[in-house]
Amino acid sequence: MHKIFTRSLVSSLVFLFTLTVSAVAKDVKAAFVYIGPTGDHGWTYQHDVGRKAVEAAGYKTTYVEGVPESADAERVLRQLANSGYDIIFTTSFGYMNPTNKVAKEFPNVKFEHATGYKREHPNVSSYAARFYEGRAILGTIAGSMTKSNVIGYVASFPIPEVIRGINAFTLAAQKVNPNVKTKIVWAFTWYDPGKESEAAKALIDQGADIIAQHTDSTAIVQIAEKAGVYAFGQASDMDKFAPKAVLTSVENNWGPYYVDRVKAVANGTWSQKNTWHGIGDGMVVISDLDSAIPSDLKAKVKKLQADLASGKVHAFTGPIYDQKGDLMVAEGKTADDGMLAGMMTYVKGVEGDIPN
Amino acid sequence: MIIDIHFVGLVITSIMASAVPLILASCGELITERSGVLNLGVEGMMIIGAISGFALMTITGSLFIAVIGAMLGGVLISTIFAFLTQTLITNHVATGLALTIFGIGISAMIGKNFVGIPGKEFPILFESLKDTIPFLSPILFGHSIVFYFAFALPFFTNYFLKKTKIGLIVRAVGDSPDSASNQGINVKLVRYSCILYGGAMCGLAGGYLSMIYTPQWIENMTGGRGWIALALVVFSTWNPIKILIGAMIFGGLTIIQFHMQAMGVRIPVQFLTALPYIVTIVVLVIISRDSRKIRLSTPSSLGKSFYKDN
Amino acid sequence: MEEKLIKFIKRDQPSQAMFFLTPVLAILLTLITGGLIFYILGFKPFEALKFFFIVPIADMYGLSELFLKATPLCLIAIGLSFCFKSNNWNIGAEGQLTFGAIVSGGVALLFYNQEGFYILPIVILAGAIGGMLYASIPAILKTYFNTNEILVSLMLVYVSKLILDYLVVGPWSNPEGFNFPETRQFSESARLPILFEGLRIHAGIFLALAAVVASWFIFDKTYLGFQMKVSGFSLKTAKYAGYKGKKMIILVFLISGACAGLAGVGEIAGPIGQLHREVSPDYGFTAIIVAFLGRLHPVGIIFSSLIVAITYLGAETAQIFMQIPKYTGQVFQGMILFFLLASDYLLFFKIKFIGFKK
Repeated sequence: MHKIFTRSLVSSLVFLFTLTVSAVAKDVKAAFVYIGPTGDHGWTYQHDVGRKAVEAAGYKTTYVEGVPESADAERVLRQLANSGYDIIFTTSFGYMNPTNKVAKEFPNVKFEHATGYKREHPNVSSYAARFYEGRAILGTIAGSMTKSNVIGYVASFPIPEVIRGINAFTLAAQKVNPNVKTKIVWAFTWYDPGKESEAAKALIDQGADIIAQHTDSTAIVQIAEKAGVYAFGQASDMDKFAPKAVLTSVENNWGPYYVDRVKAVANGTWSQKNTWHGIGDGMVVISDLDSAIPSDLKAKVKKLQADLASGKVHAFTGPIYDQKGDLMVAEGKTADDGMLAGMMTYVKGVEGDIPN
Repeated sequence: MIIDIHFVGLVITSIMASAVPLILASCGELITERSGVLNLGVEGMMIIGAISGFALMTITGSLFIAVIGAMLGGVLISTIFAFLTQTLITNHVATGLALTIFGIGISAMIGKNFVGIPGKEFPILFESLKDTIPFLSPILFGHSIVFYFAFALPFFTNYFLKKTKIGLIVRAVGDSPDSASNQGINVKLVRYSCILYGGAMCGLAGGYLSMIYTPQWIENMTGGRGWIALALVVFSTWNPIKILIGAMIFGGLTIIQFHMQAMGVRIPVQFLTALPYIVTIVVLVIISRDSRKIRLSTPSSLGKSFYKDN
Repeated sequence: MEEKLIKFIKRDQPSQAMFFLTPVLAILLTLITGGLIFYILGFKPFEALKFFFIVPIADMYGLSELFLKATPLCLIAIGLSFCFKSNNWNIGAEGQLTFGAIVSGGVALLFYNQEGFYILPIVILAGAIGGMLYASIPAILKTYFNTNEILVSLMLVYVSKLILDYLVVGPWSNPEGFNFPETRQFSESARLPILFEGLRIHAGIFLALAAVVASWFIFDKTYLGFQMKVSGFSLKTAKYAGYKGKKMIILVFLISGACAGLAGVGEIAGPIGQLHREVSPDYGFTAIIVAFLGRLHPVGIIFSSLIVAITYLGAETAQIFMQIPKYTGQVFQGMILFFLLASDYLLFFKIKFIGFKK
């Protein structure tokens, strides 16, 4: 009796388990919430590329674009959670509070929040990319290729992510060219082609012959093309917008991470994570190097890429001094993630002050 | 940083380029208002012009068609406004606002498939002369035809209003529609034409933004320039030449702000961005104080509906 | 000589029946045109309209979201009705909303780590005062300096948004927030209490309802309201009714500013609970549509705010389920107003059918 009971119990449990797993694995649906339009060819466009990768992997997806970071965001998230989506990706910092709030009410739905830091419930994860590693590569190229020793940088908002990018860029540029100067203009927008072109033009008029950007539209590379200077693409490969001007771009490659997380939900192995991946993990990709880059520089860049990927080189290796001359990172040491996450001071060699 | 004369020329050129859409839209709206119609839909007409031009440029590949298309887009949407306010005698303010909101929405809808497409290279004139004379050559040479047209427009407009018969009719309709009508002038027709002309100019202004200035399409790309154009008309006391000056001031404030940043000067960005709007208010107050002067310059029937039994 | 088939004859008085019918006609025409637009874009019209107008309010949560969205629209529109009826074109309600949010937000931040029942009323009052202060600028410039209120109030919208931007990115930004552009969260005492568990309707709705009742009372039952209505018809008639011109103008602007400011409080002390760089998706401008659609009448405004609110919700829902671009919401809003303004022609003109004559 005992044996039969145990055997039937075990087999029913196995049966139930297989049933559940197969049911879960079949129908996982993923939703994506975007702050901008999918056609922006920048931030949102790349997230959508990631979403398409999820679809290619066989899962159903939907997206909502242009969701403002206001009270509306909460409603959209709730609607998605209510409509049977198992995992929701919220792709902007400003969605942090609504994400956590809705996550509380839907413990069975997984939430992935980009570039944030609050994870108030076990079903909320954060993820971001080490864009600054890409910036280090851009800085190496810019420092080597500038003839006027003036590099222009169109920045968006004075937040750690942007400051980090500026610093990584400048440090790398200075390594190959100690005389280089980085001029920064704050556009106070992530996406405004009109403003971005005006900012770029001002930098070019002031002698910059290479322009880098931390804003999302293609206007800047187009202005660079017209003016005959070099530029770098941001978030996506912007080469087709400015074939002569764009030397390379730093691409946000979200696809593998997204597919990974959706699969984890399907397998039941999803757990809360705080992911910060860089070149090594494939989240940050450098586009093809333009033919204008001389072959020895190309080789140098490729080596740097490999070293950053393997961890041999860290973009923030001491000695690093800030603008005032104080030591930020000691010789031989590297900046830890905590310092990077809260970075709000310029390194030496960056001109100007951080606004506010 | 050495401030050399050539650099100043470059900055002035940037300011001029930034002023082009304002000049075009304001001169168009000026004619509309001179005939007594207040069209608050400038922003809507501009954005429709922007998408019309860009869409046609991408689809047909012909920049000529695209420019005409931008103007036609403005004309088409202003026809709705004209029909409502002139034939159905609706409230000008409400209709103009509806036009703006509708225009922004429909342009975004149409434009959805055109986001992220690079614009075509727009031909520029006198390119070979671009680097000849320091200071003057960047200002005078190397611009698109729309740019040159925009800087000629205020003078044409001024001549039209002051020295031509049709211009006189327009002003008569604006100042006293009843007596104009009594003299046999078809007030409705004149106003219709002026509204449509305003639409064409606003459409061209939008087309310039999407085809030449940036060049690309993104929803809401006019970014409030339409409202500034409206303010410019009053700011200039309905004088086209003053529109030129006002537009340069507006354009200038934006451009100079970026230059100062690039030079490392610490400035409060939001304050500088707000300055054009504050300056407009101040100027409006100053010119309105002299109520006699403003009464002389404002078309007397501005904003009032005209109805005639026939 | 051939006569026209139809002739439009001016009525002696605006038609009573049409007063109620034309909004209905406008909505119908909007639905039809909307369906056509969906069809042209390649979507199934009836399904799209369903997701637009029915699905968003199909459950309790959706219904509460409808009221949540309609609240600021209704509140601002009521305030605007005072201005528009008396021929004062306050286009800057969005700026008054923003400034009200700034002032009340600033006050709330002063109390960010304190609790107490007295905090919320102070915050609400601050919002109303902020809106009134901001609206007084175009009012004073109009009455004492003869300056056009349309342009002044409009320019001030941009100024207020830039002030908010500066404060949130700079001095008021959360010191513990990694310099991201948002302020601290307000304390629970400064938040508008939620009315029902699980729904987001908050006490702000009472402010809107109070405004509706107050405006109905003023317009229908007081001499002041009568003066306001009459001054909208012509200056001569107004002087005949004995109003003091300048005081009236300032008063209506203050009322409108207070309403917009209160709407601003609702936006930041309601579901959000902090200041962001943007606090309103252009409610101040959409409220103008709401005001006209509701014929500047309190009851009408209640209905029109619900209708316009659903265009917001519908645009979202249609996007989630059918990937219809979200700008259809604004297209509908513009269309409703166009059709209403157009159909108003029937208020003043009669259609008369005359047969062909030889």
